[in-house]
Amino acid sequence: MIAKRIIPCLDVRAGKVTKGVQFLDNADVGDPVAMARYYYEQGADELVFYDITASNEQRGIMIDVVRAVAREIFIPFSVGGGLRTLEDMRAVLLAGAEKVSIDSGAVRDPSLIAAGARAFGSQCVVLSMQVKRTGRIGLPSGHEVIVDGGRTPTGRDALQWAREGERLGAGELCINSIDADGTKAGYDLGITRMIADEVGIPVIASGGAGEPRHLLDAFTTGGADAAIVASIVHYGECTIPDLKRYLRASGVEIREAIHLDSRDKQELERSAT
Amino acid sequence: MLTRVAQILLAARPCYAMIAIVDYKAGNLTSVARALEHLGHPCEVTDRPERVRAADRAILPGVGAAGATMENLRALGLDQVLRDDVVRAGKPFLGICIGIQVLLDRSEEDDASCLGIVAGRVVRFPAALDGRPLKVPQIGWNRVRQTRPHRVFRGVPDNTHFYFVNSYYPIPEDPALVIATSDHGVPFCAAIARDNVIATQFHLEKSGAAGLRLLDNFCRMKI
Repeated sequence: MIAKRIIPCLDVRAGKVTKGVQFLDNADVGDPVAMARYYYEQGADELVFYDITASNEQRGIMIDVVRAVAREIFIPFSVGGGLRTLEDMRAVLLAGAEKVSIDSGAVRDPSLIAAGARAFGSQCVVLSMQVKRTGRIGLPSGHEVIVDGGRTPTGRDALQWAREGERLGAGELCINSIDADGTKAGYDLGITRMIADEVGIPVIASGGAGEPRHLLDAFTTGGADAAIVASIVHYGECTIPDLKRYLRASGVEIREAIHLDSRDKQELERSAT
Repeated sequence: MLTRVAQILLAARPCYAMIAIVDYKAGNLTSVARALEHLGHPCEVTDRPERVRAADRAILPGVGAAGATMENLRALGLDQVLRDDVVRAGKPFLGICIGIQVLLDRSEEDDASCLGIVAGRVVRFPAALDGRPLKVPQIGWNRVRQTRPHRVFRGVPDNTHFYFVNSYYPIPEDPALVIATSDHGVPFCAAIARDNVIATQFHLEKSGAAGLRLLDNFCRMKI
């Protein structure tokens, strides 16, 4: 059985993580490569980087970050934020990301999903969607797709967009609830479940994790295959091993990251000389 | 700091022989190269038959479709080289993901005729199981049961999770070649070994410390 994944999320602006991790050495705070390595060693199952850079010349910096991260961590990671063309996607994948996460760019041009899946395979394409509860008529899921970092409503129904994304070839869906984001009151289980029940591809819950219980809810009630975590782990309230211990004890299939024990390391160093 | 010392030690070790990472013009091959660099094993990503022939061991990695992979291997003349100058010549060979699937005779994917190095076929996961839809491809970490002891698993506990991305899986004719299995709705073959040939359905280069350990074991394996 596939294990449920815990995916720390790092927002990067101009080559620096915007929310520092408080328990790293001071010198490393804000360094995306150091943070990636830290979470990798902690047993994160995957990582996601959002490039929240505005200008084009800063995009080059993000590519350098991706390249440096890829040299140090050996688990999958995805990169999102501002990807609008096939060439944007290609640059990130060639630099060493396993997947791209497309969001507003895919809403504006849905053919981007199909083109990405054709060029790189569906497993490379994560369709990330910002969703918000709405009373608007004609949106059967009661949730609307929002773009531009939660600012611009699109009039699209979240569930219909999820189905459309799957049909176009997305390999995974990331459901980011604008209502839950930053509240630390838990993921939006309703819309996550509604989408997970409707599609045949993995669904990632995002936004709202404030305590371990919220991840358990996302995996059980929410039907999610993976959960994105941010401040809950960035600020040291919980570590990845804490979350994993709790989920495992609650009966969730969770990956145990193995470490080479000291005997193995010595053995490797001996045979190296 | 400690990792840096270890890296220097690893890099300073007497260089053995070159490992060819076979480039068949699809998929992301650099991740395997980066993993080998991290482990201190010299390697070269190449699509040239003479370079693969000259190498002491070869890795066929990647994500891709069976049909396109076979077409590209044939167009580059690499199918022959892998069969004769690597596998038949007794050099250690490692196939990863699509690299395990094309070892068999045929794949249901694109109805492709494959390398035929291992007798058997490749089939697709069922779309549904007991009336419930099965997520295909499987994407994520799955437990790998070591069904037969093999030195490539040295240092890796049984039932360790590895990272999978696949819609198809291999069924070798000779069940004794299966060294590990996993489960996605149905039990399936996750790794095979026969003499100098090792192949895994999971991505060693994306499976954390466990994957690196297997890669390292393969690179040090003497036949």
